Amino acid sequence: MNPRLRWRKFVSNFMLAMTGVCALVAVSALFFILGYLVYHGGTSISWNFFTKLPAPVGETGGGMANAIVGSAKLLLLASLIGVPIGFFGAIYLAEFSGGTVAFIVRYAADLLNGVPSIVIGIFAYSLVVLPFKHFSTFAGGFALGLMMIPVTLRSTEEFLRAVPNALREGAMALGASKWKTIATIIVPAAYRGILTAILLAFARVAGETAPLLFTAFGNRFWSPGWSQPTASLPVMIFTYAIAPYEDWHRQAWAAGLVLLGLILVVNIVARSILARGIAVPRS
Amino acid sequence: MHASVRPAVTVNITPNIGSGAASQAAPAALPLRMTVSNVNFFYGNKQVLFDVNLGIATNKVTALIGPSGCGKSTLLRTLNRMYETVRNARLEGEILLDGQSILSQDVTLLRRRVGMVFQRPNPFPKSIFDNVAYGLRVNGTKLPLPEAVEKSLRHAALWDEVKDHLHKSAYELSGGQQQRLCIARALAVEPEVLLLDEPCSALDPISTAKIEELLVQLKELCTIVTVTHNMQQAARISDFTAFLLTGQLIEFSPTPQLFTTPSDPRTEAYITGRFG
Repeated sequence: MNPRLRWRKFVSNFMLAMTGVCALVAVSALFFILGYLVYHGGTSISWNFFTKLPAPVGETGGGMANAIVGSAKLLLLASLIGVPIGFFGAIYLAEFSGGTVAFIVRYAADLLNGVPSIVIGIFAYSLVVLPFKHFSTFAGGFALGLMMIPVTLRSTEEFLRAVPNALREGAMALGASKWKTIATIIVPAAYRGILTAILLAFARVAGETAPLLFTAFGNRFWSPGWSQPTASLPVMIFTYAIAPYEDWHRQAWAAGLVLLGLILVVNIVARSILARGIAVPRS
Repeated sequence: MHASVRPAVTVNITPNIGSGAASQAAPAALPLRMTVSNVNFFYGNKQVLFDVNLGIATNKVTALIGPSGCGKSTLLRTLNRMYETVRNARLEGEILLDGQSILSQDVTLLRRRVGMVFQRPNPFPKSIFDNVAYGLRVNGTKLPLPEAVEKSLRHAALWDEVKDHLHKSAYELSGGQQQRLCIARALAVEPEVLLLDEPCSALDPISTAKIEELLVQLKELCTIVTVTHNMQQAARISDFTAFLLTGQLIEFSPTPQLFTTPSDPRTEAYITGRFG
């Protein structure tokens, strides 16, 4: 074996090893976080965590029932705002709009996606909190909903565009109007992808803390209705993690684990629903 | 300007105008389902059809042949206004269906009367049953669906193959079966005219033979216009054949006449395989 060939073999093996190491580091980081969360949070989770209000400082026990419900309410509001706007906007972009308008909308959505979440929080604060003069569930849901729009919009558009044109033509050739074609053929053909897009957006905002700090604020007690400040899991984690009490730290770990678990459950349920139906085969 | 380069005999409004001796394929005056008059067609600034005149005889098979890019698919797509899905497409001239202009009608009603089958089978991601029922459902039919679906599948010679699994995905069928499903789907709304855009070009010879046989039977039900790049196929199944070249209708005659005694040297050159 001449030296040149030996050098080539060495470079090849070295690069292969490097890519393998990097892949391993990426995966192990994820599993390390998961394991750490389960290790610390797992021991602090009890039935009380899901049913009790936070205990006053100094007392042990208590739970985060109000934060779990608060997060659910915030995410419901966010989905009600973000999903329809993103979804119908994507239909407009993919099926109706021409060059210039589509470019502007797409560009604006990408910019909105890049806006730091704390800025979204300030925006919601000045638009919703200031006029009503108090923090509220509604303001928090509004901020999270704004963040869901660009993610839903852009990925839904991509999935709609991926539906073969032959299906559009087939439906229109049978006398289906444009709206009928979209509602009965295009969206059903793309709905798996669309649902995945919505889930990604949902999971992303579920963990957002910054936009909630001065919109939904926080609450040690149950939040009645939609116009009062409410507790939420991410803000609870933030408050508890920086507090000087050992017991609160354990509660924060538990909250992190519950948040992750809730997102996982939503994901699994949604995916088992979308496993039904007929997919368009890739050609 | 284009009329000057074309022999007068090819400006046929009715299929059987031409040299009388050779028009044995058709009676003197056939009723026409559709007429295409002085049609010019543009994609943006590019003109792709030049002053086309054509009559589509009722309950006959009319074939459009010509080399790639001659405008035969475009001509077919003017008949149900499918060209409107393309931006910047523009049509000049007149097209009549049963004596009424298709350009002034509601396009969804027109497409219900003028059905279309595409080059590649394009079943919807639904069950076999729902594919056939689709056109009936969007048009708000009052007919009982199972009967209508069975009838259409029988007309498309597919019923015996699928009757036991109507609720399976349409994608489980073979390519040839999928194309017959698409024909059944088009037939379900009982169109007066059925347009086919190279319906066999993506199929194997056995499936092709089945569809050809089917088309010949289907002309009892509706008027058929088919685009094909396969001259043997045009000769086998059609009653009339139109030969197009670079956007112009060169010759339009009864099929036996066009293939045995073409009146234009360019037609003869094409059918004898000298180009295209």
